[in-house]
Amino acid sequence: MRKVITTACLLVSCLTAPLALAGDKVRIATEGAYAPFNMTDNQGNLIGFDVDIAKALCAEMKADCEIVAQDWDGIIPGLRARKYDAIIASMSITEERLRVVDFSEKYYANMLAFVGPEGKTLDVTKAGLKGKVIGAQRATIAGQYLEDNFGDIVDVKLYDTQDNAYLDLANGRLDGIMSDKFPAYDWLRTDDGKGFEFKGDDLDIDDHIAIAVRKGDKLANKFSAAIKAIRANGKYAEINAKYFPFDIY
Amino acid sequence: MSWEWGVIWEYLPRLLGGAWLTLELVAVSGLLGLALAVPLALARASANPLVRAFPYAYIFFFRGTPLLVQIFLIYYGASQFDAVKESFLWPVLREPYWCAIIAFSMNTAAYTAELIRAAIQAIPKGEIEVSLALGMSKLTMIRRIILPRAAGIVLPGYSNEVLLMLKSSALASTITLLDLTGMARTIIARTYTPLEMFFAAGMVYLAIAAVMILVFRLLERRLNRYQFAKRPS
Repeated sequence: MRKVITTACLLVSCLTAPLALAGDKVRIATEGAYAPFNMTDNQGNLIGFDVDIAKALCAEMKADCEIVAQDWDGIIPGLRARKYDAIIASMSITEERLRVVDFSEKYYANMLAFVGPEGKTLDVTKAGLKGKVIGAQRATIAGQYLEDNFGDIVDVKLYDTQDNAYLDLANGRLDGIMSDKFPAYDWLRTDDGKGFEFKGDDLDIDDHIAIAVRKGDKLANKFSAAIKAIRANGKYAEINAKYFPFDIY
Repeated sequence: MSWEWGVIWEYLPRLLGGAWLTLELVAVSGLLGLALAVPLALARASANPLVRAFPYAYIFFFRGTPLLVQIFLIYYGASQFDAVKESFLWPVLREPYWCAIIAFSMNTAAYTAELIRAAIQAIPKGEIEVSLALGMSKLTMIRRIILPRAAGIVLPGYSNEVLLMLKSSALASTITLLDLTGMARTIIARTYTPLEMFFAAGMVYLAIAAVMILVFRLLERRLNRYQFAKRPS
């Protein structure tokens, strides 16, 4: 998934000495601002793929779960401070995070994709992208991939939010954007996304999305087993089909 | 926690590249803003209410809304209209650089006009009366008496405005420009060293501000030299 920065907050969280709350309840945090994976509906309820998966996993583990919303920047510090026990928020497994949390097995795989205006050719090869203006969200996997692989030939524009990147694409300032594929797929189906389409093939960058728990917490194994189980019993496919007509595992 | 000096040295050239853009934004929009502020201030100080009305509304709007909102309105707002996108203005409005220049210039013009207006009204009445008594035309009076006198009075306040603008220019990073702040944030996204990078960026801002303060101090001495001159004995 996108935002990769949490270091500053991680450092701060080390200072707070948490006390274990020994309850049977498993508290799960999600962000609530990453459609269609986690967002809030009109009534303020958390909904989305991540939330459905969380509920299915809890049912599989026969655990009593509570899902809470937590801002992205504080989501790992909050886990370490025992405000909740797991993060199911489309979080990528990265080296930096592995130093401070443990992850379950993946529950889906993120891919990157280019989006551009319909009817205009956007050749997403090194030669074809030369001199093009391509946008992405700052501090995301997509933004970094763009800089690392095309930074020398493409005019990279970095935005604070994904929405601002979409806005500039619609305004015609950008030839295309690079983003996580599934949220972009969701955006393309909205009214704002009319007139745009995916360009070229998806880029599989081996980005695994998994559940984060505190270091050494056995909960990771339980979640991994439950993911396996709902993959096998069809529950995963059922949830998947609610959001995407293709398997995102 | 660990503090990495190495990462600051490694990325310092890129930070300084960002600082250059910051300086450019402040200098260009500062000069444009000043050029815009002088006629606004003169009109604002006019005795005629009809002449006063436009600068009053302009200053009221730009001082009363956040600079971030002004930047977004110009950058994202204007481009929502096809009429804008098809007009001759689009090659300019398309560029985040010029959108930032426009927003900063118009914003600083409002504040500066108000400073100049106050300075004009602070000129001792006697000096105006003397120039009238000498038979100066209105334009000559503005050129030879009012503006030079106002310039001396306005400087301390204006140096404040320029320093504020230096720091406001960080908002350029919200419309994809890689100014000092934008560059720092982009580097942080890669190195995970927010404390070091923001510290380094802060130090660069401080250095720029120090030079500006010095320049204004010298300018002040020069323009108000009569105040520093020895009295004839």
